[in-house]
Amino acid sequence: MIAVKNVHKSFDGHVVLDDITAEMRDGSCNMIIGQSGSGKTVLMKSIIGLHTIDSGRIEYDGRNLPDMKEQEVRLLRREVGMLFQGAALFDSQSVLQNVMFPLEMWSAMTKKEMEDRAKFCLSRVNIQEAAWNLMPAEISGGMQKRVAIARAIALNPHYLFCDEPNSGLDPNTSLVIDKLIHEITQEYNICTVINSHDMNSIMEIGDNIIFLKLGKMVWNGNKDTIFHAKNQDLDDFVFASNLFKKVKAAHNKGQE
Amino acid sequence: MKILEHIGEYVLLMGRTFRLPDRQRMFWRQYAFELDKQGTQSVPIDLIISIFIGAIMTLQIKLDMANPLLPRYTVGVVTRDTMLLEFSSTILCLILAGKVGSNIASEIGTMRITEQIDAMEMMGVNSANYLILPKITAFITMMPILVIFSVASALIGGYMMAAWGGVLTVDEYVYGITYAFIEKHVPYAITKSMIYAFVITSVSAYYGYTTRGGALEVGKASTNAVVNSSVIILFLDIFLTKLMLS
Repeated sequence: MIAVKNVHKSFDGHVVLDDITAEMRDGSCNMIIGQSGSGKTVLMKSIIGLHTIDSGRIEYDGRNLPDMKEQEVRLLRREVGMLFQGAALFDSQSVLQNVMFPLEMWSAMTKKEMEDRAKFCLSRVNIQEAAWNLMPAEISGGMQKRVAIARAIALNPHYLFCDEPNSGLDPNTSLVIDKLIHEITQEYNICTVINSHDMNSIMEIGDNIIFLKLGKMVWNGNKDTIFHAKNQDLDDFVFASNLFKKVKAAHNKGQE
Repeated sequence: MKILEHIGEYVLLMGRTFRLPDRQRMFWRQYAFELDKQGTQSVPIDLIISIFIGAIMTLQIKLDMANPLLPRYTVGVVTRDTMLLEFSSTILCLILAGKVGSNIASEIGTMRITEQIDAMEMMGVNSANYLILPKITAFITMMPILVIFSVASALIGGYMMAAWGGVLTVDEYVYGITYAFIEKHVPYAITKSMIYAFVITSVSAYYGYTTRGGALEVGKASTNAVVNSSVIILFLDIFLTKLMLS
């Protein structure tokens, strides 16, 4: 579990995160949502230690990240998998080599065992054998995201971070990626943190939703309670599109 | 103030770079890869430029020697010393700063803007150590070989000019390149070039690693890497010549 407690962060006097407190549980998809400029990327980067917070605590199962030394942070990161917005696969390495990379760095496995583990992870995210020796530039955006997920889970992480996992993907592929992240989260009991503003994703896999506005957490719930939330800011964000307005209307009608 | 910031950042980056690799096996694999990429693949340009410069220098020196009292073998002496002391150890490095330096800066810069370096850091990998250390050590290893190849091919170029250009006899040329040879010039040239190899790779890696933005910034980083490493080499050349030869 990751616990964020009273986190403050500002850049040159401009407050970006204002007293954020939230819990992100194991085996669930914890989604940080909000409009552009709401502070969700800063919050995620602060949680993973790419930004240093001004005050507060970020606890990974009781271990406070801001108190850790550089070496301790590096050790913690071996327990973390991360899916970047652009997949961030190493373009000088093949698909298989990309997934083997964290294993080569940190596991004590033999080459054969590493290959087997990488192939298992690639199969788990439905990457066919024909693609294993291709370079990242030779595969589609959706496949790159799936390879990045395979690489992120190669070391059996306790925590998985996904930064805008669906950006640049078509709706079908987005759905595939969402389902995959959700399945893997539950299968391996991972604490998954997702930064997103894709409403389909939020409604599909949002086990725990943290809504930010102007650096403050203004709502915390899940995909089922989001319809009944009495929060105008949240409504303005979630039901901005006509489609979701109709969905809410239908949902409310069904409840009457 | 800006220059002090750059120096500070550069020193910190080198501090992260020069550490024991997390995995020796991974380091040696990258090292072997860089030996080929930075070193072996630089041999053709090294040979081509050196042969032509050697030949041109022989011709030029002969044409410029107006004094009939100067022995003709002086052409060989001047060609040898110029190539060994300056061209193959310094000018060659300026040329390689263009080839190797821009390659390193653009490669690392692209990895930075596409979040590949962040991905490494998120895996707990010391990205500076993993990416930069093999490049620096491999190029320093290959530089003496490139210098020796350059001097040898330049002397061959001069020999060809003597043989086929008709500016002086082959015997006069060969006598000239062996006349009054000072052996300590060889370690001087090699030491100097190894220092320049460090400058080229580390400065270029610094500009690549600190790239922020997009493709435009990668291009700027590449240009800055070449320009700044060249300027540093030229300043160091004066300092090292004074220190090691006088």
